[in-house]
Amino acid sequence: MLELNRVQYHYHQERFEFDLAVEPGSIVALMGPSGAGKSTLLALVAGFIEPSQGDIQVNGHSLLAQLPHQRPLSMLFQEHNLFAHLTIRENIGLGLHPGLKLTKAQQAQVEQAAQMVGIGEYIDRLPEQLSGGQKQRVALARCFVQPHPIWLLDEPFSALDPVIREEMLTLVKRLATEKQITVVMVTHHVSDAKAIASHFAFMRRGKVEVTESINQLTSCHNNQHLSAFVRAGE
Amino acid sequence: MIRRAPLFGTVVAAVILTFVISALAALLYHAPSLDPSYIWQDSYYRHVTKFSFYQALLSTLLSVGLAIPVAHAINKRHFKGKGLLLKLFASTLVLPVLVGVFGLLAIYGNSGLLAEWLQHFGIDASFSIYGLNGILLAHVFFNLPYASRLLVQSLESIPFEQHKLCAHLGMSHWQKFRLVEWPCLKQQLPHVCGLVFMLCFTSFAAVMALGGGPKSTTIELAIYQAIKFDFDLQAGALLAMWQMLLCGLLALAVQKLSKPLPAPVGSLQRYHAFGHDSLGSKIWDGCWIGSAVLLVVPPLVMVVLSGLNSKAWAVLSDARFWQALSASFQVALLASSLALALGVMLLSTSRIWRLNRQHFRADKIELIGTIILVTPGLVLSTGLFLLLRSVTDVFSVAFWLVIAVNSLMALPYVIKTLAQPMFQLVQQYQYLTASLGIHGWHHLRLMEWRALRKPMAHALAISFMLSMGDLSAIALFGSQDFRTLPLYLFQLLGSYQMEAAAVVSLSLLLISVLSFSLIEKLFKSEARRGDA
Repeated sequence: MLELNRVQYHYHQERFEFDLAVEPGSIVALMGPSGAGKSTLLALVAGFIEPSQGDIQVNGHSLLAQLPHQRPLSMLFQEHNLFAHLTIRENIGLGLHPGLKLTKAQQAQVEQAAQMVGIGEYIDRLPEQLSGGQKQRVALARCFVQPHPIWLLDEPFSALDPVIREEMLTLVKRLATEKQITVVMVTHHVSDAKAIASHFAFMRRGKVEVTESINQLTSCHNNQHLSAFVRAGE
Repeated sequence: MIRRAPLFGTVVAAVILTFVISALAALLYHAPSLDPSYIWQDSYYRHVTKFSFYQALLSTLLSVGLAIPVAHAINKRHFKGKGLLLKLFASTLVLPVLVGVFGLLAIYGNSGLLAEWLQHFGIDASFSIYGLNGILLAHVFFNLPYASRLLVQSLESIPFEQHKLCAHLGMSHWQKFRLVEWPCLKQQLPHVCGLVFMLCFTSFAAVMALGGGPKSTTIELAIYQAIKFDFDLQAGALLAMWQMLLCGLLALAVQKLSKPLPAPVGSLQRYHAFGHDSLGSKIWDGCWIGSAVLLVVPPLVMVVLSGLNSKAWAVLSDARFWQALSASFQVALLASSLALALGVMLLSTSRIWRLNRQHFRADKIELIGTIILVTPGLVLSTGLFLLLRSVTDVFSVAFWLVIAVNSLMALPYVIKTLAQPMFQLVQQYQYLTASLGIHGWHHLRLMEWRALRKPMAHALAISFMLSMGDLSAIALFGSQDFRTLPLYLFQLLGSYQMEAAAVVSLSLLLISVLSFSLIEKLFKSEARRGDA
């Protein structure tokens, strides 16, 4: 269970206050207009920025004192998920050890993960030799080998074309289900949310306004901002 | 994001500052007066100051003025060996000065190739390379190629589409130069001129070897003479302070004038001459490229040719040669490693400050790394000399002093080469490394070492070559027991043992070039193995 309790954050003139509870094993689509604070919320959970007040907990334990890499979560950004100077194999391996000191079993795990996301044959190439979709597959493979129960995905597939985006969403869903991962994914696309998520959270002006099951995400929702957002996306 | 800047950069900066400030304190203590008018009232000092400015101004005008058509022609034309030529042009600045000087002497000297030919045709060559002529020639030889390289770089930043557009609009070569290329060059000129002026103003070895007597002496050389020959420590200290004041003012002016060079554009598309290319413009460009090649290449060829003479065996079997060679190697290796280590440590701190938007701090700590531009090697050495002579026998610690001064001299090159890549590395990957827990030793091994090996090798190679050929630090501290190759070469030149000097020149050239390519190659092969 991931919980944000009255988490406050200030940046210049902007003020954010977040409340959110994510059930274990659920896939939550984080939606809302630009500037609503979606990425800020993710950065707070990941530990890249610190809240001025409030608490962030996983299974009842506060994360606030922990450094980003100590928190039980894996990150996937929109871009630059891979180190351009390291091979695919090494990029995945970094999910297991930050200095790449891997045991035999872990090395096998890396290869298995690469197979799983469908880039097994490119494992000794450099990222620049891969397409945008393939790069994100590698990053997903790294998330997969990391032992963390929560994935934070920050618009991971926005830069990809619709067909590949759909493939990737299916892949995320398959991997997450397999390892019973809790996923929080920022997305602009209502269709993405409907394709993958079990729940959604709608954000506006620095607050989480609505958190509900995904089948409530319709253009006739009684929150007028949400319904307008859905209508515009259809 | 919470990023803590590593402390060691601050420590390095503090150590450098302490080092430089204690040298300056020694100068202050020894200087008879701090009033600049004291210098201005002395006719010799006044003359030396005027001459320093005069020769630097002329050298800059000649080097940069001629570099403009050369750069323009090189950028426009494609020819065999262009890449090699550009590489050569980029490295004349770190070429051991005395090797270049020797090559110039072999061609333009009083008994050089040119005089010999002229005599052959019955013309009496009455020009002398010693004095202002020689200083200008040497400065153009070293700085014109470098200035051309910088200007070519700025011309390369003109977008490919604009070349197409020029062809589409039917611009002639001259119109294109006036409307497109000149505005681009003009932006870089203050920076390039400032840089070349500074280099010529503080030039030491070339002036020492080619300046003829008190008539053509610069401040830098006057400091050396005051201390080494006249044992007038007061005058040395005073001149060193004076030189520092002028350099400080010049450095400030250069900083005000200069804009950073444009980063090389992503796609390296080659310049294409679309449309009509007249014979006249081909000849024009060919002449400029040819002249530049004629300026730079023959002296180097002469170094090679005259080095292979009958004295070679005698020199190579002389223990002094091997002692000098081994001293040079040790100095260059230690100084360049130290410079690289100091540079990386300074930049590891400054880049985090930059990420945290503490630009002021970051700029200042990087400025401390380039402090040698304000306190030229010889000024710093003078201060250290004065500081330590009351405490210990200066010559017993000479080895370490030369290493320290040489590494500070190389530090600006290290910082210039690595600042941008090191910053971009953390800028791009800061969140990823934070979330994966890659820091400390792992960061150094997987990020800097793997991603930045090429620029680091380049920085190391440049520092190595610079320390290998430097004369300004060893000039003061050198002795019978401690002599580097450049000093040995200088002593041979000074006693007109030209054949032996030729052999040493060639050795120095070969060692510099070989070490340079060896360092770059070693790092590259490591990189390939790492990628496999």
